[in-house]
Amino acid sequence: MIDVSTPPTPQKNRSILGGRRVYRPNTKHIPVLATLALLIVMYSIGVYNYESFGDTQVFLNIFVDNAFLLVVAVGMTFVILTGGIDLSVGAVIALTTTVAATLLTAGWPAGVVLPLVLLIGTVMGLGMGAVIHFFKVEPFIATLAGMFLARGLALLIDRNSIPITNDFWTQIAQKRFRFDDGVFISLNVVIAAIVVLIAALVLAWTRFGRNVYAIGGNADSALLMGLPVGRTRIAVYTLSGFCASLGGVLYSFYTSSGYSLHGQGLELDAIAAVVIGGVLLTGGSGYVLGTVLGVLVLGLIQTIITFQGDLNSWWTRIVVGILLFAFIVLQRLVTRKAK
Amino acid sequence: MTTLLRHRLFWPAAVLVVLLASNLIFSNNFFTITLQDGHLYGSLIDILRRSAPLVLVALGMTLVIATGGIDLSVGSVMAISGALACLLIGDLSNPDAVGPVLLVVGAAIALCLVFGLWNGFLVAVLGIQPIIATLILMVAGRGVAQLITGGQILNVRSEPYRVIGAGYFLAVPVSFLIAAAAVALTVALTRRTALGLLLESVGGSPTASRLAGIRSRRITIMVYVFAAAFAGVAGLIYSSDVSSADSNAAGNLIELNAILAVVLGGTALTGGRFSIAGSVLGAVIITTLDITAVSVGVPVETTLLFKAVVVIVLCLAQSATFRAKVFGRFGTRRAEVPA
Repeated sequence: MIDVSTPPTPQKNRSILGGRRVYRPNTKHIPVLATLALLIVMYSIGVYNYESFGDTQVFLNIFVDNAFLLVVAVGMTFVILTGGIDLSVGAVIALTTTVAATLLTAGWPAGVVLPLVLLIGTVMGLGMGAVIHFFKVEPFIATLAGMFLARGLALLIDRNSIPITNDFWTQIAQKRFRFDDGVFISLNVVIAAIVVLIAALVLAWTRFGRNVYAIGGNADSALLMGLPVGRTRIAVYTLSGFCASLGGVLYSFYTSSGYSLHGQGLELDAIAAVVIGGVLLTGGSGYVLGTVLGVLVLGLIQTIITFQGDLNSWWTRIVVGILLFAFIVLQRLVTRKAK
Repeated sequence: MTTLLRHRLFWPAAVLVVLLASNLIFSNNFFTITLQDGHLYGSLIDILRRSAPLVLVALGMTLVIATGGIDLSVGSVMAISGALACLLIGDLSNPDAVGPVLLVVGAAIALCLVFGLWNGFLVAVLGIQPIIATLILMVAGRGVAQLITGGQILNVRSEPYRVIGAGYFLAVPVSFLIAAAAVALTVALTRRTALGLLLESVGGSPTASRLAGIRSRRITIMVYVFAAAFAGVAGLIYSSDVSSADSNAAGNLIELNAILAVVLGGTALTGGRFSIAGSVLGAVIITTLDITAVSVGVPVETTLLFKAVVVIVLCLAQSATFRAKVFGRFGTRRAEVPA
């Protein structure tokens, strides 16, 4: 078996350069490195301009406030890597929180509700994947129908915001891991970190992960190579459905409520995070780490706008739009050069 | 009979007939049209009036999709055009004079043309995937609209402006006349000149059409300008109908509804052949669906669910693979339906 995780690096030109070695990043890594550079620059600007921006907790709060988005974006990364798209994630979050809140209010034990809501999201993802694969419906349209369906179901169950008072839920919501005085992360962050870790390992080192890249690169070639294209494609949407419902569970921990209007427009945030993280929307190129950085960039923008105080919320959208543009053009230049 | 069944507008038309028929059962005077104060009134007229913005947006979307692209920014463009128009009218010394209002309308549409050029530039010149290129404006555009209105809902009092969305000309709603004129213009441009053929050729294969001597770049830019202009007019109709500019509500989810309308009308998202009649039919179906849900007495909570079910049924009915798998065993129809 060929080890694909570390491509052989040619050792030529070493003698010509006379031992002077210039660091040249792999073209595949440039978008991720650019995101990292942007993150560092933005953070430095924040620390320079605002008092107490450099506190550890300010940085950790970005994770605390965006743990659910991180989980959703990881699922979205898999889908986008195959060249697809999943518009239903925001609606699945709404459905998950609503179902969880309704059942918990009705007195169901948390041990039953938790697996049940995760199952609902997973089954929805499976259904959309099956429709996309078997009936050749465009991912855009199939997941759009899934979005209407999930949000419609959530509205049908309850139109109002339902508070969650279940003991288990509140315990988890208030669980904090303290490192130092006033420096902590919530359990949500730990769960999100585990998801990110598993996803990165699966993408880099399992057969399934390599299949995802292969399909995104060229689905026809993957099929001709004998790769299980259909199974992988369905699995990817199932995974995204699972991540979305897990994100919904984290969101219900975070807000301690279930509401059919939760997560509106979240699919756009997730897609934006993935793109800023350097994942090619045509599929086949990108890393989970990039997605994590993308989510951090979005979170940092919000933090800076909060610290600035006199900026209005719409600046978030405009800045995100400008960043999207910058990264897309960068990717375009990088891929053009690579060819 | 078989030719009728195979006609590409058969399924959408069937759904529309079923929807209207269900209205006949549930509400007695659905089809009555009365003349009051020189205006036509009735549910059917209401459908025509309310579907005007979606028809306009779907028209532009059809042309974009015909070239193999997609335009997600139409909703934001609608919001921007309404916001700018309301802002400028608010500054007019006499908002009831026709001339200045016409100038304002022209300015709003001109701004939309610039946004269309921007989208077209990203897609045709920089070579960015349409879904991402227009995502930028979709995210940033609403921020821009909020920037224009200062984050508030701008109310305007202007008789000439109100005519666009809520007025009547010869007893017929003006918004319907605008939509009809746009449809007529588009049909004339695409079916009476070679433009439609060129669009289909660019959608089929941009490279091949370039080699055949078609300036595909120019055509691509043009369709995005068209889409933005139609979206701008739709935004004016919307904001004039409610006499205010609401940057969040204007054109919310309309890009998805418009794409849905185009797909329901039988135009494939992959580009190539397109059907303007189909898209108009699709847009009318979606509006009828909303109005039917109300008149049948479906509770507001379930409207979205109702829509999701209809969309899923229609998408599956249009999927040739689905029909082949479900009905194929009876040997009544061929699997391949020319799309």
